[in-house]
Amino acid sequence: MAYSDKVIEHYNNPRNVGQMDKNSTAVGTGLVGAPECGDVMRLQIKVNPETRVIEDAKFKTFGCGSAIASSSLATEWVKGKTVDEALEIKNTDIVKELALPPVKIHCSVLAEDAIRAAIGDWKKKNVGAGEQASAQVAVAAN
Amino acid sequence: MSTVLSEPKLPAGVKLPIYMDNHATTPLDPRVLEAMLPYFTNKFGNAASRNHSFGWEAEKAVDLAREQIAKLIGATAKEIIFTSGATESDNLAIKGIGEMYRERGNHIVTQVTEHKAVLDTCKRMEKLGYRVTYLPVNADGLIEMDDLKRAIDDKTILVTIMAANNEIGVIQPIEEIGKLCHERGILFHTDAVQAVGKIPVDVNAMNIDVLSLSGHKIYGPKGVGALYVRRRNPRVQIAAQMDGGGHERGMRSGTLNVPGIVGLGVACEISRLEMDEEAAKLKAMRDRLREKLESNLDFIHVNGSMEHHLPGNLNMSFIHVEGESLLMGINDIAVSSGSACTSATLEPSYVLKALGLGDDVAHSSIRFGLGRFNTPAEVDYVADKVIDVVQKLRELSPLYEMAKEGIDLTKVQWQAH
Repeated sequence: MAYSDKVIEHYNNPRNVGQMDKNSTAVGTGLVGAPECGDVMRLQIKVNPETRVIEDAKFKTFGCGSAIASSSLATEWVKGKTVDEALEIKNTDIVKELALPPVKIHCSVLAEDAIRAAIGDWKKKNVGAGEQASAQVAVAAN
Repeated sequence: MSTVLSEPKLPAGVKLPIYMDNHATTPLDPRVLEAMLPYFTNKFGNAASRNHSFGWEAEKAVDLAREQIAKLIGATAKEIIFTSGATESDNLAIKGIGEMYRERGNHIVTQVTEHKAVLDTCKRMEKLGYRVTYLPVNADGLIEMDDLKRAIDDKTILVTIMAANNEIGVIQPIEEIGKLCHERGILFHTDAVQAVGKIPVDVNAMNIDVLSLSGHKIYGPKGVGALYVRRRNPRVQIAAQMDGGGHERGMRSGTLNVPGIVGLGVACEISRLEMDEEAAKLKAMRDRLREKLESNLDFIHVNGSMEHHLPGNLNMSFIHVEGESLLMGINDIAVSSGSACTSATLEPSYVLKALGLGDDVAHSSIRFGLGRFNTPAEVDYVADKVIDVVQKLRELSPLYEMAKEGIDLTKVQWQAH
């Protein structure tokens, strides 16, 4: 199948590959997908507790080129955003940016799931450190 | 942008892209093309025209091809029926025998790693009221003879088991199956598309009653194949599935594809004369590829029995690397993946799953199909490139990292989606 230039570019030069200490309270880890489905993404974020800004992001992905590109792009996009801004990223934005064909939309869904899972993990770790209150505010606002 | 000067110099004997997918199809041998060409132009006659030299000329060419094909598999020329390819041959064999022997019984035995041309035909037969037993295979990809013995009953009319598998190259115990079928008075059909011309096949020594073969898998043209139908001990009867002019002893109507048939004949002749030498060459290259990969990469394994194996086939799993991403990284090499990430179902290869491989391992598999025109220099290039890309993708793979840390991936709670 033909890949878009952007998918090929991310595949050849993936951004922010690596691992952060998942036990650190500043780090949120999202591990989504399953090996038997052919894709597993691990996305990690490092959040400044004062500003709630995502200061660093790392990923590793087992999956096709589109899955690798989706997660690579996700790390680029979340960096510099606050956790709340990062939650605004939609899979459709990724589909558009990477020109993913319909059969590859699940890769973008997985990347969105990975962002949400990483933020969820960070929030869980920071309950009681002011995070609980804001999390509840968010729920109330919903 | 001029990139010509900066292109890395390729070793001698390597021209990109490299074709290493010879189970899918093979390039036409130039000697085959040369033999075919006159039959597209001057020698255009219809082999069924009995009244003039144009027809006689075409018939003569077809007769020669029949001899050439028959000789490769130990048959006689009259036992060769021309078809459009192996899919048609498989359909004609199974449906034609099913229909002809319906009064004797309604049971067919096959096995799970057959080509879809056999499996889907068998499914059709089930809809028509036939019973079909699908034998399992063991971890090596081989059927167990005891399973076959148990599956056969007094209603069994046909056993259809492939000679060699198109994905994993495993060779089934054809001689034993043929012997058993003949003892029990059951017809034996084999889809020998991947085996004919690659390994010795003899319909008498192996007690094969009906055999499918194809032109384009043996450096012949596409769109032509043949069905061997035994004429003695026993005389096999097949109900035609296409009605018309009664060509091919009434079993397959339709004007013969004379250029294609000439090509198939010559392709068989070349295979017969060069098979031993070619097999040794392919096996040496295949083993070299395997050794290079195994000595440079961990977490890899070969799929299917290497003892009962086609010389040009290597099917390997590169665990913790997804097959499609691997293919993307080696896009100057044409091979196939066991991953079906691009297919609508997202299901990995049913053949690999039948060996007991998990979906994750099946997704990580690559089929290398070496052929007549591959060179040792190409094998080295492919090995180096695959090693490089697998290492790069494993740097990216959370599964490889976890496995290296000693985490049992089967115990992880995955969020399937």
